Amino acid sequence: MKISCTAVLLSAFGFASFAAQGAEIAEDQSQILTRPDSPASGRYFRPPLEREIPDNAFGKLVQEGRAIFVDTKNRAPEYVGNGLSCGNCHLEQGRRANSAPLWAAYTMYPAYRKKNDRVNSYTERLQGCFQFSMNGKAPEAESRVIAALTAYSYWLAMGAPTGQELPGRAYPEVPPPAGGFDLAKGERIYADQCAICHGADGEGQKAGENYVFPPLWGADSFNWGAGMHRINTAAAFIKENMPLGKGGTLSDEDAWHVAAFMNSHERPQDPRLIDGSVEKTRDKYHANDGVNLYGMVVNGRMLGQGVE
Amino acid sequence: MILRYGPIAGIFLVCAVHAQAPADVYSRGGANPAAVACASCHGAQGEGMEAGGFPRLAGLPADYIKKQLADFASGARANPIMQPIASALTREEIDTLAAMLTAQAYPEVAPVGKGAEVQELGETLALRGAWDRNIPECVACHGPGGRGVGEVFPPLAGQPAQYLAAQLIAWQQGTRTNDPNDLMGHIGRSLTADEIEAVSKYFAGLKK
Repeated sequence: MKISCTAVLLSAFGFASFAAQGAEIAEDQSQILTRPDSPASGRYFRPPLEREIPDNAFGKLVQEGRAIFVDTKNRAPEYVGNGLSCGNCHLEQGRRANSAPLWAAYTMYPAYRKKNDRVNSYTERLQGCFQFSMNGKAPEAESRVIAALTAYSYWLAMGAPTGQELPGRAYPEVPPPAGGFDLAKGERIYADQCAICHGADGEGQKAGENYVFPPLWGADSFNWGAGMHRINTAAAFIKENMPLGKGGTLSDEDAWHVAAFMNSHERPQDPRLIDGSVEKTRDKYHANDGVNLYGMVVNGRMLGQGVE
Repeated sequence: MILRYGPIAGIFLVCAVHAQAPADVYSRGGANPAAVACASCHGAQGEGMEAGGFPRLAGLPADYIKKQLADFASGARANPIMQPIASALTREEIDTLAAMLTAQAYPEVAPVGKGAEVQELGETLALRGAWDRNIPECVACHGPGGRGVGEVFPPLAGQPAQYLAAQLIAWQQGTRTNDPNDLMGHIGRSLTADEIEAVSKYFAGLKK
């Protein structure tokens, strides 16, 4: 499995610009880069315990938000267009440090995001998750779903300082392999470490109607606009959190190879598609968005066509 | 002469057929006498035997059953009772047993998942995990209600508590090492005795 020459060149260019952005990235909350030498676990903010949720109207809304977060497809079905739950990428119900915890996100909004080129409220940030990661429809700002998820985020962040980038935020950045990523190696790692849960073709696994193991590509996965479509973001997530319960066991290189393999497959179209053109969409939204394969030719096919 | 030997030949023929028929391997044992009848410990219908801690087999995934029998034989899943039995079963007997057992229904269980609220230690482990020790929610792999997922992640709901606890202890002690990528081994090694008891009772109690 090889990427075409064009793709390699573009990919190398993409990475160079990604690295160069490091200094100014704090301005932009589209893609959060956390240094790999993150502090020891004792220094992470500790969100309140679930049993401390107050027994009142606020507490009920918090509990409702928590339930939506881990069972999104069933509890907010009108806004979810795939088989995922928020909790698939934010482990331990959005509590876990280095797994994009909600307590570290909530306190950073409102914030500018290059992704949509404006200052976003936390509500808009949540709406973005539904539009891209959940390949669905943004819940209305006044909806119960937004109210509940906001209450849950706020409750998790109670006691955390506002406007400070907290340790354990996002996923710790993983340095890319010196020789670039290798899709063939990624395919082997996937077969050895991932397929047992996520399926031989990334299709996930269900119990009854519900996905237990999330689909990683294809029609029921996140779309081309989701942050996880970036290989650098996926590598960081995988290194820290996968295989489930065995985070930190893959090498940096292997995390990149397997992330690249995952993201070299077709998935639902970026809802920001411009004039039906993958090229135009790549130029505007993907060319400077970390390392990604949208609009690249892999195995003779241009990625980014989307799947229904 | 012909009349005298006819019935004897007929009896032999019937015996040979019996040894390969799935229901009979289950209830009477395999061709090799060491392959004793499954039913003597796992119940007449494969429903398991709670008092002895013998697990339910009816409704388990076929590939899971075949893998466990192979692993008993090889010792990857060390078990002094099952080792000689699994070793004495022929491949055909194993295939027919797995097909017969998987065709039976597993009891319906409410699909309680991570969205549910928790109180007790067992359900907390099952639905929340213990992430400070990298222990995922049991339902994250075994499915809501512990109903099992696919061919690899077996159902836990309704299995005898004694059986479930024995497996967790076997992973903890390294006498069961046949889980893919040590996925259960590292969990078993991280659980306390109280947690093992509580989570085993939780899943054992999930039956209608």
